[in-house]
Amino acid sequence: MFGFSRAQSIAFILMVVLIAVCPFVLYPVFLMRVLTAALFACSFNLMIGYVGLLSFGQAAFFGMGSYVAAWTMKAWHVDASVAIVLGGLTGAALGLVLGYLAIRRSGIYFAMITLALAQMVYFFCLEAPFTGGEDGIQQVPRGHLFGLIDLNNDMTMYWVTAAVFIGGFLLVHRIIHSPFGQVLKGIRENEPRATSLGYRTDDYKLIAFVLSCMIAGVAGGTKALVFGIATLTDVHYSTSGEVVLTTLLGGLGTVFGPAVGALVVTSMENYLAQFGAWVTVTQGAIFMICVLAFRRGIIGELGAFLKISL
Amino acid sequence: MTDTILETDGLTREFTGFLAVDGVSLRVETGTIHALIGPNGAGKTTCFNLLTSFLPPTRGTIKFKGRDITGMKPAMVARLGLIRSFQISAVFPHLTALENVRLALQRARGASFDFWRSDRALAVYDNRARELLYDVGLTGFAETVVADLSYGLKRALEIATTLALDPEMMLLDEPTAGMGHGDVDRIVDLIKRIRKGRTILMVEHNLSVVEGLCDTITVLTRGKVLAEGNYETVSKNPEVIAAYLGTADA
Repeated sequence: MFGFSRAQSIAFILMVVLIAVCPFVLYPVFLMRVLTAALFACSFNLMIGYVGLLSFGQAAFFGMGSYVAAWTMKAWHVDASVAIVLGGLTGAALGLVLGYLAIRRSGIYFAMITLALAQMVYFFCLEAPFTGGEDGIQQVPRGHLFGLIDLNNDMTMYWVTAAVFIGGFLLVHRIIHSPFGQVLKGIRENEPRATSLGYRTDDYKLIAFVLSCMIAGVAGGTKALVFGIATLTDVHYSTSGEVVLTTLLGGLGTVFGPAVGALVVTSMENYLAQFGAWVTVTQGAIFMICVLAFRRGIIGELGAFLKISL
Repeated sequence: MTDTILETDGLTREFTGFLAVDGVSLRVETGTIHALIGPNGAGKTTCFNLLTSFLPPTRGTIKFKGRDITGMKPAMVARLGLIRSFQISAVFPHLTALENVRLALQRARGASFDFWRSDRALAVYDNRARELLYDVGLTGFAETVVADLSYGLKRALEIATTLALDPEMMLLDEPTAGMGHGDVDRIVDLIKRIRKGRTILMVEHNLSVVEGLCDTITVLTRGKVLAEGNYETVSKNPEVIAAYLGTADA
């Protein structure tokens, strides 16, 4: 099924069942936050896990997707589906420009360039009139999906968010397990060799980057609809940092790692919120433990223990 | 008269304050095995990097099949049929041996930008990949992750991957470096088998390999061509002997 191995199929079915059952047990708005964070982490994992490029500016695409979706909903009263698609297209377009500049370098240089470009996007959002500056865009209506389904009900919004997440998740999986994905893995493993086989590696990296940014934009757009706001936090570098933490914690280059990481990180933020600054202290401690003790992340270690690829 | 497949004219590469390759004019004839030998630091690997456009030359031109390829993108040079190997074994370590070879065979379907299609589309190359693995003695390792293969087997896999592109000309950078006797013999046999219909330019330190295999030998020292000819001529050249063994007054 979709190129999943047997173990992955079981894990996928388990995940879908959990997504279907959880809103009856837990607060749906919290779960939607998990799902958008998970999709965002999946987009990041596509670059770091399968192309080997650490993008330190992923928030720029997430945040711009969020702003554009929020603005078009509020100003133009477009359909919810249009807003989400526009969020994705914004991420892709921005990714094409920034990626074109960044993919010429690799390793730490790539990370630094993406960070610098993302900071430029941040200051653009701070100054541009349509973003509302420090206030952000507030009271964004959720509107209707396909002109029919009213999204103001949390459960309805939840099913839409879940569908967007599963769609994005399967898209990432398909990209990885496609002829294109095979070339990406070759580039990750040995770029000069891929070049010597006749692959123009920059083209592949750029396409992967644009796809990754598009998915990040969709995640951002969906998040704007769920919470009805788009703020500077969405484009802030701490959001870029958090997605790195999320993906590392869940398991770099694993299929389910980013989703599990998002669940853990978002839960911490949610349930530790009452302790204020302790959230960041706890996150920092967990990040250090992860780097020191289980580098493959939760799913990476679990997969290694069970000797399966998850 | 034989055809020239690869020809360089005054090929020069300067690094800051240092001439790595200095006015090398090389002529490789179609269908031959041509060796590039010389002491460490003679500029052999730099030469390979220039020929395959991995480095741009400071001066000079490179012609492949009569076409000027100077300054072309490395991936384009590869597409013209001039494929290189690397000194360090150039494999994709976390893919299986089959996937390694298939990644080269996949070139036949074009650029492979189709990220929306299942990788089952690549299964059509599996049989050819297995044949190539069989050719280099890697039958039974198809599903092995390459990181777990021995050094000699990795080099054999690298040749299988290069062969998958069916190149007109192969550049092999020290194909037997760091190998034990058994592995060296296997690679020599392999090169003898694959030379049919191809031209091979190889950098090699092992002179017994060069003697048994190569039609023409070019000796490089300090970036310059010191001597050229068959093994007999070159091995008797006093300058070559001096370069390899050192001279009394050096």
